[in-house]
Amino acid sequence: MTEFFIIAESASQSGIPLGITSGGSWLLRNAWIIPLLPALSFLGILFFGKRMPKKGAELGITAVGAAFVLAVLTGIAWFDHRDNYHGEEAHLAVAASEHHAEEGHSDHEKEHDEHSDYDHGHGHSSLAVSNTVTWFQTNGVDLSVGVLVDGLSVMMLFVVTLISLLVHIYSTDYVGGDRRYTHYFAFLSLFSASMLTLVISENTLQLLVAWELVGVCSFALIGHWWEEKPNSDAALKAFLTNRVGDMGLLVGVTILFFSVGSVLPDTFGSFSIAVTNTVANNGLLSHTALLVAAACLMAAVMSKSGQFFLHTWLPDAMAGPTPVSALIHAATMVVAGVFMIARLYGVFFEGLSIGGSSINLMALVGGITTLVGASLAFVQRDIKKVLAYSTISQLGYMVLALGVGAWTAAVFHLFTHAFFKACLFLGSGSVAHAVHSFDMKSDMGGMRKAMPHTYRTFIIGSIALAGLPPLAGFWSKDEILAGTGGWGLFGGTGGNGAYTLMLVMGMITAALTAAYMTRCVYLTFFGEFRGHGDLHESGPRIVVPLWILAGFAVIAGLFNLPKGFQLVPDSFQERFGHYVEPVAGYFPTIAHATPSWSLAIVSTLIVLGGVTAAWWYYFVKVEAASKAAGKSLTELPNGPTTVYPLAKLIHNLLDKKYYLDHLYTGIIAGGTKGPLARVAYRFNQQVIDGTVDRVGETAVKSGQFVYDKIDQLVVDGAVNTSGRLSSEAGGELRKVQSGKVQSYAAILFAAATVLAGILIVIV
Amino acid sequence: MENFINDWGLTVTTFIPLVGVAIMLLIPRAQEELHKRMALATSLLVAVMGVLILTEFDFDATDKLQFAVDHVWIDVINSHYAMGLDGMSLPLVLLTILIVPLCIVYSWNHFPEPQNPKAFLILILVLETGMIGTFMAQDLVLFFVFFEVVLLPMFFMIAVWGGDDRRYASLKFFLYTLFGSALMLVSFLALYFLSGSESFVLSDLIEAVAANEISRTAGLWIFAGMFLGFGIKVPMFPFHTWLPDAHTQAPTVGSVILAAVLLKLGTYGFIRIAIPVLPEAAVEWAPWIGLLAVIGIIYGALGCLAQTDMKRLIAFSSVAHMGFVMLGISTLTDFGINAAIMGMVAHGLITGMLFFIAGSVKERYHTLDIGRLGGLLVQAPRMGWIFGLCVMASLGLPGLAGFWGEFPAILSAYNPGNGLSVVTFRTFMVIAALGTVLAAGYLLWLLQRAAFGTPKEEFADDPAITDVTKHEWISWAPILALIVAIGIYPNLVFRVTDGAVDASLDDCLQVSASELTPEQAEALGCDSIYGLGEMSHHDEHAAETNQ
Amino acid sequence: MYLNQFLLLSAVLFAIGVYGVLARRNGVLVLMSIELILNAVNINLVAFAAFRESIPGEVFALFVIAVAAAEVGVGLAMILLLYRNRRNIDLTEIDLMKG
Repeated sequence: MTEFFIIAESASQSGIPLGITSGGSWLLRNAWIIPLLPALSFLGILFFGKRMPKKGAELGITAVGAAFVLAVLTGIAWFDHRDNYHGEEAHLAVAASEHHAEEGHSDHEKEHDEHSDYDHGHGHSSLAVSNTVTWFQTNGVDLSVGVLVDGLSVMMLFVVTLISLLVHIYSTDYVGGDRRYTHYFAFLSLFSASMLTLVISENTLQLLVAWELVGVCSFALIGHWWEEKPNSDAALKAFLTNRVGDMGLLVGVTILFFSVGSVLPDTFGSFSIAVTNTVANNGLLSHTALLVAAACLMAAVMSKSGQFFLHTWLPDAMAGPTPVSALIHAATMVVAGVFMIARLYGVFFEGLSIGGSSINLMALVGGITTLVGASLAFVQRDIKKVLAYSTISQLGYMVLALGVGAWTAAVFHLFTHAFFKACLFLGSGSVAHAVHSFDMKSDMGGMRKAMPHTYRTFIIGSIALAGLPPLAGFWSKDEILAGTGGWGLFGGTGGNGAYTLMLVMGMITAALTAAYMTRCVYLTFFGEFRGHGDLHESGPRIVVPLWILAGFAVIAGLFNLPKGFQLVPDSFQERFGHYVEPVAGYFPTIAHATPSWSLAIVSTLIVLGGVTAAWWYYFVKVEAASKAAGKSLTELPNGPTTVYPLAKLIHNLLDKKYYLDHLYTGIIAGGTKGPLARVAYRFNQQVIDGTVDRVGETAVKSGQFVYDKIDQLVVDGAVNTSGRLSSEAGGELRKVQSGKVQSYAAILFAAATVLAGILIVIV
Repeated sequence: MENFINDWGLTVTTFIPLVGVAIMLLIPRAQEELHKRMALATSLLVAVMGVLILTEFDFDATDKLQFAVDHVWIDVINSHYAMGLDGMSLPLVLLTILIVPLCIVYSWNHFPEPQNPKAFLILILVLETGMIGTFMAQDLVLFFVFFEVVLLPMFFMIAVWGGDDRRYASLKFFLYTLFGSALMLVSFLALYFLSGSESFVLSDLIEAVAANEISRTAGLWIFAGMFLGFGIKVPMFPFHTWLPDAHTQAPTVGSVILAAVLLKLGTYGFIRIAIPVLPEAAVEWAPWIGLLAVIGIIYGALGCLAQTDMKRLIAFSSVAHMGFVMLGISTLTDFGINAAIMGMVAHGLITGMLFFIAGSVKERYHTLDIGRLGGLLVQAPRMGWIFGLCVMASLGLPGLAGFWGEFPAILSAYNPGNGLSVVTFRTFMVIAALGTVLAAGYLLWLLQRAAFGTPKEEFADDPAITDVTKHEWISWAPILALIVAIGIYPNLVFRVTDGAVDASLDDCLQVSASELTPEQAEALGCDSIYGLGEMSHHDEHAAETNQ
Repeated sequence: MYLNQFLLLSAVLFAIGVYGVLARRNGVLVLMSIELILNAVNINLVAFAAFRESIPGEVFALFVIAVAAAEVGVGLAMILLLYRNRRNIDLTEIDLMKG
């Protein structure tokens, strides 16, 4: 039993409703079994994996498969619970602290009133299911561990288990024959267990534990081929960058723990997510404390979810095996930061004043990240890095959405993005499996003929990512844009505040995304094959997961058709929002944006514009140039720019760096933002990345300095000096020890005489 | 049986090793096998006693001294033979009882030069008596005696079986700690005479100090003496320089015992004696302890980054880790001291394990130069994995024991005990959090260079480099299992310590400020403590809520 | 009779003894000088006892005589051993205790 149930017994008692219940169906209360399965399979694979016929893979797949089935059943149980459960709600008895009530947070009180009817058109309030046991006690207070199951966690359970299962199956082919095949699967299992624990975390401490565990799995899997130094360097970089963010998490969690404790009776702190959010929503915590906590937690989000300026580890993380990139560094782990914001939304909403401002830290970080990521995706020749930067960009999108108050849109985007990005990553892995390289420019091209399935699924994923209707990405992206509330001029309103800047950022990113994915598709699948060896389509264990993910990329958007979308009956609208967005005490009151046809049409046109520009450049110009040159080119040999003399151009063509620059100049002519990417990439590689290196170097140097100069010289020196002094004093004294009896006697008598003299004088 | 445990359990547990030593002295030196068996049997007998005590231990009364014995020992100075076990000492006693047999098993077939298992094992057993006795003693003179008993065997262990520079290191270790204990003894005596206590028994002293106010200055000086005595043993910055040398030169088993148990004698002294006896002086000293602790955290980490020797790096990491423990203690809260005990246990297990691994690496590669190592995972994959696990545990990965010492210590610094400056301790908290980043840096760097990559040419085909041996498995498996078990279910330790820590702290310190009205504070007689801090808790909370 | 006379005698004997101990190189002579010192003390003890009519002084003197006898025994044995080993009993040449 967790602490707040002790405080609050039933609804009849006065107190603040928490929006959670200890009742509910067995499946919901025992959701901890889902992470337990892969955790057991981790141990099983670790100890017995090598002796199994399939080297442990079968155990991992069975466990994750069972977890997936359970997650689906849990989802079904949740649908029923959401619509039909009318059990007791836990209430929070708060210390009657007069300051708060009297100090008249009038607006908060108003909010609280609005709270009471909990109705945003979703029917009655949703009660999350909570079930806990004591984890440890200190200062007489029990701190618990357990599950908090609501729409958000159920959705995450489904996504994580599904993608994990598909990646497991995919991996049996992709890393087949690897020398650490068994350990690979062990860590996939451990990752699944940790990630599933994270999404059902009942409290922030548990969240923190799972958060670090997924980090260490990420470390181990990035460094899977640790014989090569770049790989272990990348793993180290990922872990250390995340540690920097985790510092923020530690501090943020600590602040929340004690701040909440100061308003609760009988306890000095609480980690409980529901309690923390509820207390924050009700204006019981000081704004300063919440602001500092939210800012600290943002640091954690920035590192884990690859937000500007702690994102540099994510592209390097592509050193790991491709299925890992799909599972961990695209679909699940990196969204942990987004998930945490969504989970602790009460804290962020109040702390950053999302409801009433037109710009805030979170929205700004998200906005900058989405632009930086999208622009950097242009300069990559490694297909996985294109996708990595794209992931950064899309994560920025989600954070932006949360920053403007579009909670459901952000979570929905998380949901759809998981499918199409996993599809794209696994597709790129399939291609790389055939050509044994990730370099689009030197080793790919024209793959569509040889790999029809990979080609088709990749195209589907790309369209979904670009956000063209009716594929998944369109719906979620459009909701985010509407949620910024910046489209007020042209009909369509709502959202929290009018985040016009964020709308513009989102629009630009949409165009950029469409353009870089067109480039990526062209370089990989069109033109002529530039690599070596004979191409072949991958086996069924790779292709089937691709098609399943592509299927989701097509239909996932339909789960949350906007309200007022007249083409379908009302009961099909906003299903995702209805089941996932909490209507409960632990969730803040947020305003919902109304969707707008005009916005949808404009954003689609923008995407089409991006596609057209890139299409015109690659499919028309480059293709023509390729034909003229008689070989497959990846960009125009002379470009539309005529400012440079031809000789210089040829010289620069040899210079790799400027070769890229020229490419962008060409794209700018096509109407995209080359210089921005160039500057951003330079900044990324030299300033931000450089700073990380410099800080590391400086730390080692100052360590060296402190050790050599202060520790060895001063501190240790003082010790040695005192030792030497006493030894020298001893050396002097030993001269007296002549060993001659008579000299001793002489000293004895002399001393006796002196003493006798003293005695006489004194007495 | 129950009676026997109640009356004689602690005494028997403490002195069994000495009985073993007496028997071993009678056996000629040449019969090495017999000596090994004898030593192992003795330590296992102690372990059995430990288990018996554990089964009889009342976990609902961890705040009471259990199995207590109290007889007059040295009548002239009113010193008693007082032993007892409560929730604070139990984890550390069990840790000692666990580590010793494992060390004996580990050294079974490879005693360090110049061999002589008889002498080596006798020293280990004498150490065991000293360590267990220190954790159980409830009388300051007895405590001091046990505290010093530990010193000599360790000195000989380093001086005889150590590395090339063993003379220097062993002397430094001996002199440094002796210096500290001399001051500590002076403090004990001053405490006894100034307080006018009936005896040296701890509970008498606490009562006497509370009853007859000793002057503020005297309290501060006495605390300072203990601070030096215990702080050197911990070791706290800037008294840590003996540690890297002692660790580097000591034989593997010596390093393990040193890291796992000996360092805890210092921190244990703080929470068992210094703080309960002199709460007011503790409040005044706490900011300085906290300051030295966080300096130690950062400084130890920087020191690690500069090391090229694996063992020395691990030794420096001890400075950083014990910094977290001391930070927890300096908050003077139940929360922080619980975290500190957890930190002691975790550090004992994890760093002990790291030293075991360093010893095994040295045995295989004949060097600990990080630059020459590499590819451990290729040549000895199992050892590489264990090494990885311990590194992760050491850097405070949640789910393993280290985290539960580190994170609660940081957490507790946010809300220090009554009378301490909140601003100061929150600053410490942030610095300590930075320390976790540095810890990850140096440990992963060590892991990368020692375990990842491919083996260097000089060792590539060395047949001597084998994977974990049977003896290593036996001595490591229990430690590894505990690291994971405590990591997953920390209540194994917290459940035991919580009550005892709560009881040991002065009432004024531990009551949460938000719950304490001024009248209550006055009733408890807390004025003296509340007046000490720059800004009391109450003000801080008021300031916060007023915003 | 005056106490002074005894004290004077004792002082003279003591001074001779001290001179002997410090100045003579022969071990046997040094031992004899020590006897002189002890006997000077004895004279003091007995003299005071007689004048103050208390017994303890005389008892002490008896003790001293006994101890002196033992001391001479041990001392002579040592000198004998020294002589056997070194064929020499010059004390200035024996400095085995040199620090």
